[in-house]
Amino acid sequence: MSEQKSAPIWLFIGLLLLVYGVLCLIGGIAQFSHPPATVLADKHATFWGGIVLTLIGGGYTLAYWPRK
Amino acid sequence: MLPLTPIFAEASLIKMSGLDIAIVAIYFLAVLAIGWYLKGRTSTGEDFFLAGRSMTAWVAGLSFLAANLGALELMGWAASAYEYGILAAHWYWIGAIPAMVFLGLVMMPFYYISKTHSVPGYLQLRFGEPTRAVGAICFAFMTVLMSGINMFAMAAVMRVVLGWNLHFSIWVSSITVAIYVGLGGLTSAIFNEVLQFFLIWLGALVIPILGLTEAGGWAGLKAQIIANLTNGDSYLHMWSTLDSFRHNPMGIQWTGIVFGLGFVISFGYWTTDFLVVQRVITSKDLRSAQLAPIIGAFFKMAVPLIVILPGLIGLGVFNHHGMQLVSATDAKPGQYTYNDVLPLLLVRYAGPGLLGLGVTALIAGFMSGMAGNVSAFATVWTYDIYRPLIRPLMRHRPAPVASRTETPGGPVTGNAVELAAEDKHYLAMGRWSTVIGVLVSIGTAYLAMQFSSIMDYVQALFSFFVAPLFGTILLGMLWKRATPAGGFWGLLAGTISSIGMWAWVKVQPSALAIIALSHSAKPMAQDMYQALWSWCICVIVTVVISLMSRPLPDDRLRGLVYGCTEIPHSRDLPWYQRPFFWGMLALVLLVILNVIFW
Repeated sequence: MSEQKSAPIWLFIGLLLLVYGVLCLIGGIAQFSHPPATVLADKHATFWGGIVLTLIGGGYTLAYWPRK
Repeated sequence: MLPLTPIFAEASLIKMSGLDIAIVAIYFLAVLAIGWYLKGRTSTGEDFFLAGRSMTAWVAGLSFLAANLGALELMGWAASAYEYGILAAHWYWIGAIPAMVFLGLVMMPFYYISKTHSVPGYLQLRFGEPTRAVGAICFAFMTVLMSGINMFAMAAVMRVVLGWNLHFSIWVSSITVAIYVGLGGLTSAIFNEVLQFFLIWLGALVIPILGLTEAGGWAGLKAQIIANLTNGDSYLHMWSTLDSFRHNPMGIQWTGIVFGLGFVISFGYWTTDFLVVQRVITSKDLRSAQLAPIIGAFFKMAVPLIVILPGLIGLGVFNHHGMQLVSATDAKPGQYTYNDVLPLLLVRYAGPGLLGLGVTALIAGFMSGMAGNVSAFATVWTYDIYRPLIRPLMRHRPAPVASRTETPGGPVTGNAVELAAEDKHYLAMGRWSTVIGVLVSIGTAYLAMQFSSIMDYVQALFSFFVAPLFGTILLGMLWKRATPAGGFWGLLAGTISSIGMWAWVKVQPSALAIIALSHSAKPMAQDMYQALWSWCICVIVTVVISLMSRPLPDDRLRGLVYGCTEIPHSRDLPWYQRPFFWGMLALVLLVILNVIFW
C-alpha cells in the first residue's frame, strides 16, 4: 500500500468469526432447553459450531492482533 | 418508479430468527467497514487496480478461488449433482485443477514478468492494439452483462429462499458492493473475497456433516441412492459410465469431458478470464503468483464437499423419505425444484445461528462474484479501453505511461508531475467506473427481469469468447512465431465460428448431432464440443496467418514468449517452497480422487 501498512486480512476474519462464534454459542446454549425443529437437533450443531468458530476466530484474532 | 412492495412479504423456504438476521446484518457492516478502512490506503492507480501488487500467495490464492465461488455456483452445482449425480464433480476436478496448475507453472511467469495489469493488456503487448481492443471490449461488455444477469438470478433465488423482494435484493447488495469496491478498490474486493471464502465454507459445512450423519455415512448414502433410483449406481461413478452418451444421466461421453471440459473450457476460463487472473497478478512476487493458483487448486478439489455432496445427500435422504425434486420446467405450483436442494437441506439441518451463517454464506458468495466482476470491469475499462482509445481523443495526444510500453511505437514518456496527475485521473476514473459498472449491472438485471431469455443469450455469448481467447494467448506465450496479424484474425475467426455453431443449433437443433459427433448427445455436450472446435479454428487460423506474415523480432518479444524470456528458476529453494512440487502434488491428488470415485 502506498502510505500506511494495512492490518492483515486474517485479523478481520478472526474478529468476525469470533463475533459469530460467540453468537452461535449463546444460541446453541439456549437450544439445549428449546431445541429447534430440525433433523438431528439432538446433536446440538449450533453449540458445537459456535465453539469451533470461537476457537478459530479467537486464534486468528490473537495471532494477528497488532503489536507495537 | 419501482412498485412499493414490502421487503419480506412473500412466502419463503427459510424463516430466519432474530439471531440469524443479526448474523446477516453484521456481515454487511463488516464488509462496509473493511472498504472504509482501506479507503485511506488506496491512493494510487496501482493500489486501486492491482492492490499495490502486494498480496501474499495465500491471500491471492483464496481470493482467486472465492471470485469464482458464487452463490449461484453453490446452488447450481448442488442442483446439478441432484440431477446428474457425482458426474457434476468433473467441473471441480478435471474441469479446473489441471488448468489452475498450468496457469501457475506455465502461464503466470509471462503474465507476471510482462508486468501487464490485465489479460487484454497482455494481448496488446504480444499482438498489438487491435487484438487488445477486441479482447477488452468483449470482456468489459460481457462482464457487466454477466454481473447483471447473476444479480437478477440471485435476487430471484433470494425471493424463493428468503422471501426477499427482488428490488430490495438487487439494490442493497449492489450498493454495498459499489461502496466497498469503490472505496478500497481491488484490495477491498480481495480482502472481502477472502472473508467470504471463510464464511462460505463455515456456513455450508453443516450440510455435509449432518447429512452424512443422517444417511449413515458415505456407504449408507450410496445404498440409499442405489435403492431409490433406477440405474442409481450410474449416479455414483465419475468415469465408468462415460464410455457412451447413453450410459450416464448427463448424456455425455468421455471425449467431451477430457478435451472439451478438461482442456478447452477449463483452461480458457481459469487461465484467460481476467476476473480470476486479476487476483493472481496482484501477488507480491513471481513465486507467490505461481503458488496462488496452486493453493486455489487444493481448495477447489475440496469444494465438492460443500456443493456436490449436498446434492447427493438430497438425492439419498429426500428420496428416501418420499420427497422428489423436479426440474424447473416440470415443476407444478408447490413442488420443489432441483435448485432448491441446498436451501432445503439448510432448513433441514441448521437451527437458528447456523441458519444465519448458511444464509450469510449464500449472500457472501453472491457478493464476492459481483465484486469480482465489477473490479475486473473497472480495470479493463480504465486501462484497456479508456486510456488507449478514449483519453488520447480528449487530450489530442497519447496518454503518458511510466512503465513498460503498451503502445506499439514505444513508451510515451512524461515528467513526474504529469504522470502523477494522470495516475490521479485514472484512480478517479476507476472509482467512477466501479459505480457505473454497478449501475449498468443493475440495468441489465432489470432487463433480465423483463426478458428472461436474455439470460441464456448472455451466458452463451460469454462462452463464445473464452475458448478462442485461450488459443490466442497460449500460442502467444509458447510460440514466438505467432504474429500480431495471426493473433487478431485467429481470435476473430474462433469467436465467430463459436457464434456460428451456437446459432446453427438454435435454428436447427439436429445440428447438435453433427457438432457433438453423436445423435445421443444432450445440450450439455454442445458447450464442450463448441468450445473445442472454436479453439481448433482459432489455433489453425493463427498458425496459418502467422506463417504467412512477417515474424516479430526477438527483442520485441522479451518477457512475453517462451524462448525469449528469462524465467527465474526456483532450484535454489527447498523442495517444499517450489511451486512445481505443489503443482505436481495437486495433480497426483486429482488422479487419486478420480480413481477412488471411478
